[in-house]
Amino acid sequence: MLKRTPLYTAHQKAGAKLIEFGGWEMPVQYSTIVDEHLCVRRSAGIFDISHMGEVFVSGARAAEFLNGTLTNDIRKLKVGGGQYTLMCNEKGGVIDDLYAYRLSDDGFLLIINASRIEADVPWLESRLKAVGIDGVELDNASDRSGAVALQGPRVVEFIDRLFPGPSVGGTPVANASELKKNELGAWRIAEHSVWLARTGYSGEDGFEVVAPAAIIEAIWSQALALGHTVCLQPCGLGARDTLRTEMCYPLYGHELDESTTPIEAGLGFFVSLDKGNFVGRSILAEQKDRGTSKKSAAFKMTDKSPPPRPGYPIWVDGVLAGTVVSGTQSPSLNTGIGIGYVPPGAASPGSRLEIEIRGKKFPAEVVKKPIFRK
Amino acid sequence: MSSQVPVALRYAKSHEWVKADGDIVTVGITDHAQHELTDIVFVELPQIGRTVASGEACAVVESVKTASDIYSPVSGKIVAVNEAVPANPALVNSAPYTEGWLFKVALSSKPEVEALLSPADYLAQIGG
Repeated sequence: MLKRTPLYTAHQKAGAKLIEFGGWEMPVQYSTIVDEHLCVRRSAGIFDISHMGEVFVSGARAAEFLNGTLTNDIRKLKVGGGQYTLMCNEKGGVIDDLYAYRLSDDGFLLIINASRIEADVPWLESRLKAVGIDGVELDNASDRSGAVALQGPRVVEFIDRLFPGPSVGGTPVANASELKKNELGAWRIAEHSVWLARTGYSGEDGFEVVAPAAIIEAIWSQALALGHTVCLQPCGLGARDTLRTEMCYPLYGHELDESTTPIEAGLGFFVSLDKGNFVGRSILAEQKDRGTSKKSAAFKMTDKSPPPRPGYPIWVDGVLAGTVVSGTQSPSLNTGIGIGYVPPGAASPGSRLEIEIRGKKFPAEVVKKPIFRK
Repeated sequence: MSSQVPVALRYAKSHEWVKADGDIVTVGITDHAQHELTDIVFVELPQIGRTVASGEACAVVESVKTASDIYSPVSGKIVAVNEAVPANPALVNSAPYTEGWLFKVALSSKPEVEALLSPADYLAQIGG
């Protein structure tokens, strides 16, 4: 039985096409992927991301615990700040990639991938036991939380009406629109605490909302009503995937898995080797120093070709050299784009690749990330 | 959503339509199929002269999300392909029964066409 988010009925009413994603029944599109994608690039879209996991970590030594478990340096976060970070195993392989927010001096919120909740929570629990840090509490709130993402350059035009007044927690701001990138604040909505962060997965300006499941549908409907003036559209996982692929944001299970490290994935920026020890550090330090045997490369198809897809073989100088992990037709560029793992020598911008599609090879060129720039 | 199912055509369960003109049939995908796929961005057609069996995958239609095989509803030889479609794949979305046709087959077995779904049966299949 697939899991459903608190917005399932709203999706059905809106005529969404539903698909299975990581054990969840989720909207893939309401109109068409291209239409929704371009709507987010030009104006505003709203996504149901309630399937994602929320874990609250609290206690006087919560920061110390998280800094030994995650790759980025959590001490850099002031209250109301957020950062992209990764959780690795002892071999440096990625257990999950996530966002960590500091809600208070001693309280953190981790936003984790839907498909990884069942891997992450036991891992965090076992780490907590193993390191013997007292007084840190883990609260997996995934089942009682809902979440939506408002993405696009015109979201800022109505966000202050959706979240009126000053923040009551996190970053102190007089208006929601004053939050800066990666900042988060708390608002009181219908007697509930709601977290609002200026983050997203589309490459556009925007906000992500985490609220109790009971009120997420009210927030969704209110956003659609207020966003009417900027043509706010509900958008599905299809557009979410094409938007993030153009930006080269990783998707767990594609760019990342337990046998791929953040260094191989080109995410070294989010690995703080100088903060002290953390799980996977020694291998990641060695890889940063001596290099890796594979590296992620973003590419564009250079001739007319079918869109590249995950799993397609990549050839370099006539030798089978790697695999596509993400690929699609870019709605912004109207050409095939993708991300794959190749030997480091073939991963620099300008390198020539060939993508094998149904037995035929099509030329591609490695490009600088992100693939799409406005 | 209601899809068009023209009464003059026959249909395959796999959502292709067939229009018979003597021994030559024209094949395309249905309005329902193009609506399900949405945003068709690439079309690969069979070689002219290729022999196909009914139910054999012989073309590919790709949307943003996925690649879908297109099956020949009949057996025979490919005698024509619609060159306008690879150049402008959106034709399959905008005009699936007219400018968006895919290929023509010279039938090797005429009764195969009769065995295909009637418009009423196809409409029932897609829940129209």
